Amino acid sequence: MTTLDRPRGPAEATRPADGVGRGTRRVLFLTLLAAASVIFLYPFVWLVVASLKPRDRTFADPFLPWPAPFAPGNYAAVWDAAPVLTWLVNSVVVGVAAALAVTLSSAFVAFGFAYFRFPGRGVLFGSVLATMMLPAAVTLVPTYLIWNSAGLTGTQVPLWAGNLFGSAFYIFLLRQFLLGLPRYVFEAARVDGATYLDLFWRIALPLARPALIIAFIFELKASWFDLMKPLIYLRDPALFTLPRGLKAIVDQFYQGGDPKWEIVLAAAVITTLPLILVFFLGQRHFVQGIATTGRRG
Amino acid sequence: MTTAEDTRRGAGHRPGRDPAPAGRRAWRGETRWAYVFLLPWLIGLLVFQLGPMVASLVLSFTSYDLIGGARFEGLGNYRRMLEDPKVARAVGNTVLYTVLHVPLAAVLALGLALLLNRVTGRAAGAFRTIFYLPSMTPYVAVGVLFLFLLNGQAGVINSFLALFGVSGPQWTTDPDWILAGIVLMSLWNLGSTTVILFAALRNVPRELTEAALIDGAGPWQRFRSVTLPMISSAVFFVVIVNTIAALQMFDQVYTMFFGSQSAQQTSGDAALFYVVYLFQQAFQYLHMGYASALAWVLFLVIAVITLIQVRVGRRFVYYEAEEHPG
Repeated sequence: MTTLDRPRGPAEATRPADGVGRGTRRVLFLTLLAAASVIFLYPFVWLVVASLKPRDRTFADPFLPWPAPFAPGNYAAVWDAAPVLTWLVNSVVVGVAAALAVTLSSAFVAFGFAYFRFPGRGVLFGSVLATMMLPAAVTLVPTYLIWNSAGLTGTQVPLWAGNLFGSAFYIFLLRQFLLGLPRYVFEAARVDGATYLDLFWRIALPLARPALIIAFIFELKASWFDLMKPLIYLRDPALFTLPRGLKAIVDQFYQGGDPKWEIVLAAAVITTLPLILVFFLGQRHFVQGIATTGRRG
Repeated sequence: MTTAEDTRRGAGHRPGRDPAPAGRRAWRGETRWAYVFLLPWLIGLLVFQLGPMVASLVLSFTSYDLIGGARFEGLGNYRRMLEDPKVARAVGNTVLYTVLHVPLAAVLALGLALLLNRVTGRAAGAFRTIFYLPSMTPYVAVGVLFLFLLNGQAGVINSFLALFGVSGPQWTTDPDWILAGIVLMSLWNLGSTTVILFAALRNVPRELTEAALIDGAGPWQRFRSVTLPMISSAVFFVVIVNTIAALQMFDQVYTMFFGSQSAQQTSGDAALFYVVYLFQQAFQYLHMGYASALAWVLFLVIAVITLIQVRVGRRFVYYEAEEHPG
């Protein structure tokens, strides 16, 4: 396992203590970074603040970093205007199903590639890598036709069931991880009479936990972001996920004769917040995952 | 059904047996088991990837609207693409967006990564988290947020410009400024690019930059001749990945400018991106054949870019030995 648990670069460990000239420069760099941080954080601040103001004040005082007047009732109004709680639950259910499905199936396949030596392995693994570049747009129409002929359009099944067959990127990631595990652990278990399924379930999966967490979090995020599949497959608002629901709210309340901005903004906060929480809980895995795999977040 | 057989095969691994026949038997069993483990992926490959790709190619030569049967049209869809002004507009918008977004994102993210690399430690970690946060915001929410921020009358961005006496454009309604607004929005999302470049910078051996320093190289020279070549593979990677993503832009733009009548009327075709048009053709007009042709052209373009990535990457980019899997 070379990529995931890479030790901190030597640069940091051996960096000499800052000299005097370096100190002032460090202050300059910190100032620049702080300025950039304000730019990146301010949209969040504005969003939360505006979502807590009455409608006619949405655009007022754009640089005041707290809501005045304070109108927390907007969040109650969202519950009344749209089934936001249902959407939240749907997003969680679909997200966990999608992430769990892709993590387990990809690990299963990755174990096949990592543990066994068999004819055709090179070609097949090459195909895994090749499918990574296949843009989703190419298979959009036929995939829809498949779910349509299976009678599953209008349900949430197409949002996660495709994940049951593994996904190239995660297969690659997990295979790399499994290849780094010492082989004698598996051989010892074999000698003790473990089946191949035992090897996968009782040894590979527990040992691969760090990589599994990365795969799970990445896919949870991808599912939570997804707008296109819910747009294509869901008609009944009771089945909407949060992004699809937020899109419906924008379409209904942002423009037209009587815009209800406070509802749109509060719904946007509700769509964003859970993922930010997940991020802070799993931050270590996230940053490590992106830095080592180069996956776009 | 598996347990008994498995234990038997497990015995094949025990030392002290005649290695040749036992090994061969185990090898055969292993092959079978290997394919058991590969089975989910093989099914997925056939049903959700190769099958749909072929189906999509076949469909692209037909006209098919879900209701009647598919009618063979030869190259009709592809010819239609060439004459369709909306395709021209969508390609123009998408390419212009890509050409603006990708270099700007790379340069800005590199700047942030260089700054992070100069402070390091706890502070760098905290700033990195802040820069990454926008990437955790679902694209629909990003689109919604920027509808407000870019609002021409009272949005934060124009309010900020007004502080300097500049009266900002109507970012969300003026066709000449919509794309600029979308690029601006895209630059809020530099998180992953910054994280990747920062990780690459931290892997640059310090002895190299210090040697250059001793040789009297200035900061720009050190960056140009030492740091940049050392991180060239990461920069190249980021540019390619961002290009492929930019060509498939959908969520934010669709959220802001499509889906409802009023939104679509204000923007006209100024925000029409390639995948948005593909989506409309497929799922609003049910022109499944035409949409498939659009999809295959996109696929070929992305395949070419990926090929360039592999070829050019191999030739011009400095790789640390065996650092890069692809």
